[in-house]
Amino acid sequence: MTNPSSCAERLSSSAGSVVFDADVLVLGGGPAGTWAAISAAEHGARVVLADKGFCGTSGATAAAGTGVWYVDPAPERREAAMASREKLGGHLQDRRWMARVLDRTYAQSNQLADWGYPYPVDEDGKPQRNSLQGPEYMRLMRKRTKQAGVTILDHSPALELLVDGSGVVAGATGLRRQKGDRWTVNAKAVVIATGGCAFLSKTLGSNVLTGDGYLLAAEAGAEFTSMEFSNAYAISPAFGSVTKTLFYSWASFTDEQGSVIPGASSKGGRSVIARALRKGPVYAQLDEADAETQKHMRVSQPNFFLPFDRTGIDPFTQRFPITLRLEGTVRGTGGLRIVDDSCATTVPGLYAAGDAATRELICGGFTGGGSHNAAWAMSSGYWAGQGAAGFARQLGVTAGRQVIRRGTVGLRSRSGRPLQGDALAQSVQGEVFPYELNYFREAGRLGESLRRLDALWSDASVADAPDEQGLLRAREAAAMLATARWMYRSALARQESRGMHRRDDYPEQDDRYRHYVSTGGLDDVWTSARPLPSPHYAEAAE
Amino acid sequence: MIEVIDTERCTACDICFNVCPTNVFDKTDRIPRIARQSDCQTCFLCELYCPEDALFVSPFADTPQQLDVAALKEAAVLGSYRRAVGWTDESRHLRDADRSYRLFGH
Ligand SMILES: Cc1cc2nc3c(=O)[nH]c(=O)nc-3n(C[C@H](O)[C@H](O)[C@H](O)COP(=O)(O)OP(=O)(O)OC[C@H]3O[C@@H](n4cnc5c(N)ncnc54)[C@H](O)[C@@H]3O)c2cc1C
Ligand code: SF4
Ligand code: SF4
Repeated sequence: MTNPSSCAERLSSSAGSVVFDADVLVLGGGPAGTWAAISAAEHGARVVLADKGFCGTSGATAAAGTGVWYVDPAPERREAAMASREKLGGHLQDRRWMARVLDRTYAQSNQLADWGYPYPVDEDGKPQRNSLQGPEYMRLMRKRTKQAGVTILDHSPALELLVDGSGVVAGATGLRRQKGDRWTVNAKAVVIATGGCAFLSKTLGSNVLTGDGYLLAAEAGAEFTSMEFSNAYAISPAFGSVTKTLFYSWASFTDEQGSVIPGASSKGGRSVIARALRKGPVYAQLDEADAETQKHMRVSQPNFFLPFDRTGIDPFTQRFPITLRLEGTVRGTGGLRIVDDSCATTVPGLYAAGDAATRELICGGFTGGGSHNAAWAMSSGYWAGQGAAGFARQLGVTAGRQVIRRGTVGLRSRSGRPLQGDALAQSVQGEVFPYELNYFREAGRLGESLRRLDALWSDASVADAPDEQGLLRAREAAAMLATARWMYRSALARQESRGMHRRDDYPEQDDRYRHYVSTGGLDDVWTSARPLPSPHYAEAAE
Repeated sequence: MIEVIDTERCTACDICFNVCPTNVFDKTDRIPRIARQSDCQTCFLCELYCPEDALFVSPFADTPQQLDVAALKEAAVLGSYRRAVGWTDESRHLRDADRSYRLFGH
């Protein structure tokens, strides 16, 4: 059971704020954050976890559920699992990382079974561990996080990082939005596990994912990579939020008149759907699922059927209008750059896990339908928690160190107008939702969009801090804006089509671009090419 | 978006207020209030966690709907997601019914 001295300490503080003292602070309570918190606690750290929403229901996994890259450790199985995705990802993966993620995911999944996750058992009596029901999984993770002695702060979005005089991360501060006050956690290391950025597109469970962690980290000087792989769009009923593309592999796609749209499909034909949607409505019907498959679908993903059952549509026998919602970096692969095996970032004391971190190491330039994201969340969460705990231990006593708040846009009193979060968020959506800007990229259009985004940034960065009510949305909008600029600058730098990044002006994959694109910066966004870490492994895979 | 809190069933336990990831509800002296409906991301999770089957989330993500609560109750739609995932006593056997492994690789 929990030993009180292993818990983070709540310090007395002035009215209107609550202060904690911890070794490790985890930002975000999805799978990556909860695994990080548990792992840090297991490695001896006193841990606080702060989530914008409610740890257990918040984030992409809790609402959606995930397939998991769980592969039997037999060497030939492993080899096949790694090889099968290398072409899709544009040969940007790193085999060494793939192998260690497969090992870690296997161990963590089996741990979940020991903790009582109700994995199904197949006809041969073999447990099947390559899929997790979101609400069930995350309810269990919340329970285990608490049992590990972690202090959980719900409805407590982080607003900015704290650093010490030499730039080492020293904690963070944020809002307790249901209590109407602020929190501060003084910590020796911080794990960013705030997920990706889906730009408030209402893709399932993702409106809490606005790139906040990226912005916080960038303000402390962190770098990003693979941000051009950020244009994931998912199929959903036109009116609804359930963006589950897997089941559309049993679908046929038709236009207004009912004619089949040539080439349209969920895999490899989504761009055809995007083009058709620009001309008029597109319909889907899951008419290729036989009775047996339909039965499996129903019990496997009950939430897929809510929009249909509640509108009286039988998706197997009736066609219904669909759309593509932007999932941005949630099902892209870009994020904070990882510099070593412990998931450290370029900023000392700052670690990253899950969608907030790059997935280029195991996905290259393409994810989606691959279960890699869930595997990465578990594995990188485990390593980041362990790494952060180790960093905290090494740092030793930090009492009395001076800390500086590193937040910028939307947080300081200025003479201008207060930052209007809702309006800014809408302007950013206008630049990242349109298929002709983000899905089908081209230098002229990207350049124009960037000029508009840069102008928005100039305005936002001199705007006054809004009142408490508007503060969170303002920071979210600023984070979306910063993310869009990293995405498009990286997209301009990659003059080819590779992975999910497609350029109308450079439709082919070009071997001169078989490198990573790093990016960063706030007022001035920069990009640079970075070589693959282990060309030896990638070569072997070709 | 969230549309219904059934005042007959709700016991004011505030679970929905706590679990909604986007903070759509406000606490009151009695039953919670849908205070920021436009922030609802249509994730169905409040409905899943409500122990009284008092909530209904409409599948329309972008536009509010007018709904007849009596008809929803009549059709046993309230709580249907909770039953489907095995979070009620009668449906516990569904908790390990996931057959996704049969569907991957299609
Ligand atoms: C519909 C859908 C289906 C998917 N299916 C699959 C699949 O089958 N297989 C697969 O591998 N992947 C899938 N994914 C992707 C997968 O869900 C994510 O990769 C995974 O959830 C990442 O975990 P995470 O912990 O990094 O982020 P999340 O689960 O998104 O959690 C991030 C957490 O950070 C919190 N947060 C955000 N900002 C702040 C802040 N400022 N302060 C504090 N907390 C903050 C959020 O509230 C949230 O709880 C799917 C995604 C979607 C949307
Ligand atoms: S969870 Fe259900 S019973 Fe509890 S307050 Fe909300 S609506 Fe009422
Ligand atoms: S559906 Fe999701 S976002 Fe909407 S009120 Fe319920 S829990 Fe909140």
